[in-house]
Amino acid sequence: MRKNLNVIAAYSIMMGLIILVGIFQSWNIALSIFNLCLISAVMTMGANIQWGYAGLINFGIMGYTALGGLAAVLISVNPVQEAWSAGGSNILFSLFLIIGMVLVVRYVLKKYEKSKTRTYIIATIIILGIIIIRFVSEPGIEAIEEIEPAKTGFLGGLGLPIIFSWIVGALFAGGLAFVIGKVALGLRADYLAIATLLISEIVIAIIKHEDWLTRGVKNVIGLKRPAPYEVNLQQTDWFINLVEKFNSSKLNLISDFAERQAALNQFVIEGSSIFVKLCYSGLFLVVVIILLILTQKALYSPWGRMMRAIRDNEEAANAMGKNVVKQHLLIFVLGSAIVGIAGAMLVTQDGLFTPGSYRPMRYTFLIWVMVIVGGSGNNFGAILGGFAVWFLWIEAAPIGLYLVNLTTAGLDDTHALKVHLIESVPYFRFLMMGIGLLLIMRYRPKGILPEKIEIK
Amino acid sequence: MDFLNAIILLLNYIFVPALAYGSQLALGAIFVTLIYGILRFANFATGDMMSFGTMFAILFTWYFQSIGISLGVLPTALLAIPFAIIFMIGYMLLIDKFVFKYYRVNKSPPVQLAMVSIGVMFVTQAVVRIIIGPSDRRFFDGEKFIIKAGEFKEMTGLNEGLAIKSTQVLTIIVTLILVSTLFWFLNKTKTGKSMRAYSDNEDLALLSGIDPKKIVMITWIIAGILATIGGALYGLDKSFKPFTYFNNMLPIFAAAIVGGIGNPFGAFLGGYVIAFSEILLTYAYRKFFMYVLPESMEPGGLVQLLSTDYKFAVSFSILVIVLLYRPSGIFKGKVL
Repeated sequence: MRKNLNVIAAYSIMMGLIILVGIFQSWNIALSIFNLCLISAVMTMGANIQWGYAGLINFGIMGYTALGGLAAVLISVNPVQEAWSAGGSNILFSLFLIIGMVLVVRYVLKKYEKSKTRTYIIATIIILGIIIIRFVSEPGIEAIEEIEPAKTGFLGGLGLPIIFSWIVGALFAGGLAFVIGKVALGLRADYLAIATLLISEIVIAIIKHEDWLTRGVKNVIGLKRPAPYEVNLQQTDWFINLVEKFNSSKLNLISDFAERQAALNQFVIEGSSIFVKLCYSGLFLVVVIILLILTQKALYSPWGRMMRAIRDNEEAANAMGKNVVKQHLLIFVLGSAIVGIAGAMLVTQDGLFTPGSYRPMRYTFLIWVMVIVGGSGNNFGAILGGFAVWFLWIEAAPIGLYLVNLTTAGLDDTHALKVHLIESVPYFRFLMMGIGLLLIMRYRPKGILPEKIEIK
Repeated sequence: MDFLNAIILLLNYIFVPALAYGSQLALGAIFVTLIYGILRFANFATGDMMSFGTMFAILFTWYFQSIGISLGVLPTALLAIPFAIIFMIGYMLLIDKFVFKYYRVNKSPPVQLAMVSIGVMFVTQAVVRIIIGPSDRRFFDGEKFIIKAGEFKEMTGLNEGLAIKSTQVLTIIVTLILVSTLFWFLNKTKTGKSMRAYSDNEDLALLSGIDPKKIVMITWIIAGILATIGGALYGLDKSFKPFTYFNNMLPIFAAAIVGGIGNPFGAFLGGYVIAFSEILLTYAYRKFFMYVLPESMEPGGLVQLLSTDYKFAVSFSILVIVLLYRPSGIFKGKVL
């Protein structure tokens, strides 16, 4: 109990802060912060597995998040029948061609010794393949994008409940990570960082511009929900009764019937959106807890010890007969899959998929700040980092505004400097993140909750 | 005649823009490569440092414009750049003193320095946005074109026009002067040689009496000059927007690595490799083939290898291929 005191203290402070937001701003804001904190926590757990357990830098988090989001679209949206009949066969045929191309390249790689000729043959196969695939897919893509471009213009998905996409998102992200890992994991740390950052940009470029698959920058809106809709809730009897019971003390103060009914309506509307958010919180909490149990188990298992051994001294681990390359690939895939789950969760919560919103600042670097600040190698630390940094990211604007008002209190309200500063309040969050990261790196390089390995 | 037209077409849409864009990338790539070679970390704050320098260039330009100083046909920004460089160098040395020095003295692993540079990236981005705001700024003045497309057509009687913007010529000339001075400095002067020695083998350099503090300071000063000029030229040619500068970090990294990180000459050429391949692969060659081929063989489509949406993706793919087959870059930089 004693040794976990700092963990409990840190989490109580965090919860207390969110409750304070609930009391002073509104419960709606507090809950939406809490939900995004949970999603961030899942992302940081993914990044933490790679960085904390194995020392692999992955700056491609944005790419996996976006793939998870894409999974949510492809699973939950109803299939667009006209588009399938217009261009589906072309797309399927191109898919077969791609698979065929990969198989041929694999065959060439296996069959022949490494030589210049082999490289040229592979290059020719790939270039020819791309040209043939473009030839085949072009008419299909055009046909698909022409079908009601304002509403659909893409193939749609499978029409399944969106919750399945959390698993599929993990598979997508894991698959991408497998390919990237095969290609890039041999690189030294900072090159790996740059390579993954650039590859994630390529993924985003594809998602943004392949309209037949993702609708691109036209966005997909109105995705299915795992939680009830507010409008439906507001008309259900049991929910109205529940809200009435909750607020009975306030409602009893109002004697007039019409006024009481109006107040009740207000409570029901507020309550419905809080209820929906609570549903999401419950779902997300289940994911976070399952992942936490699994990652904790992994950390203290022989496998976790081996990962730390590889991280701390690759050569020694190699000499002990551990397959470093294979384990690196495995952990790279696992961590990325977890980030993919988070991406699908994020789109599920928002109910919309906007490829244009995926930017490295928010989805890669911010997650890294969370991991470093929270404590790399420690799952509780990573989750705490997700909570604390996201909380600060959202509340930075009010804090910044307060600070600006405090420091410029002596100035007139129309003073140019004051107006300018108040306009630029949104950017104080970058400043706080940067200074926070620099201070933590300098004075507490292992994070708020540092890695602590107990030998049981 | 048709053949001439085709050449002018390529010059106008591919060669001149790629040369200008490549020069801008080259300056950034040399910046990355110098920091990597001498201070030994990948600087993720590159794009934002460039926007920081450009911001001062813009502020000084505005100041000069307000008091009525101008350079006539040349942009006023040229006059502002030296002042911006002074501020930029001050900022760089300040950051080094308070942030990077600690890790350098403690001999932290490069990864940790890269993380620290992310912190610097956040702070610099915030400072730039707080001071000048996130929106698009144009600060170009003076004569816009050296040759206008219409004038060129009249002059030569060709169908295709060739437009050369003064900023493009300016970019190329300034880059050439700056880069040749830099290479002269690195190869001929004593300080430059000691910098290269330090980059090659730190311990040996220290043994032979090279002062590391001086080397680091000079590196930051050169980096500040490169970042400010590179950023300001990009801003003059296109426009200044903090977010674009942040994004430019990616092709700049690609250029530095393609050229062989740690090797300034490689970085210089890498900038052009990236710029030309981006533009060559995404240009629609339909008109070119209409001029070159006989009428019966005219192409139906746009004859575009990749849509322009994938401009960035091209340079990143090149990078991935280079990393796979020649991890030390085309021109042999530091071996991984």
